[in-house]
Amino acid sequence: MSKVSIIITSGSREKLQFAAMMASVAAVSAYEVTVFLSMNAMPYFANTHEGGAPTEGELGRLMEEKNVPDFMELFEQAVELGDAKIYPCSMAMDVMGIHKDDVKPFLAEPLGLTKFMSMAEGGQCWSF
Amino acid sequence: MSERKIIDARGTYCPGPLMELIAGIKQIEVGDELEVLSTDEGSANDIPEWVNKVGHELVGTTQEGDVWHVVVRKAK
Repeated sequence: MSKVSIIITSGSREKLQFAAMMASVAAVSAYEVTVFLSMNAMPYFANTHEGGAPTEGELGRLMEEKNVPDFMELFEQAVELGDAKIYPCSMAMDVMGIHKDDVKPFLAEPLGLTKFMSMAEGGQCWSF
Repeated sequence: MSERKIIDARGTYCPGPLMELIAGIKQIEVGDELEVLSTDEGSANDIPEWVNKVGHELVGTTQEGDVWHVVVRKAK
């Protein structure tokens, strides 16, 4: 099975949205999908997070007004419908002072960068 | 006798109609059909691509006003 690996470090609405679109569509299209969450993307996946992500520009603002699928739901569908694996970065969790019980239940076990790079080897890799 | 169910995904945007179709396909039997209603032209074009890629069967796509009707038969 072809591999698609997605690294998300941005906390912007547009980038989270597109990363979620790519993860969900790839996962249901016979790709083996691995997502790695770090930096400013990580706080959205903590259980304590509330509200949406800030927009960068016009498209993000338009998406707020229209019935665009919620990015968190798309990530969850990537896991439930397409068996994607979404890994929180263990470094980001350490910095935030949170543990695996403090993040969304559909996430996989926390992962380090070295392991992620091994998993991504030989496949497509996308960053947002 | 095969059945056809309707998935009303009007008003949502890519990849909403596709994801609703996939959730629906998991719940039907091989040989049954789903008819997706979409007002998103990109999704109407994209769903047949997905159907070909994963090996289901596209029965047909029609447009009525601003609504696309994409009919898919579960093949496996």
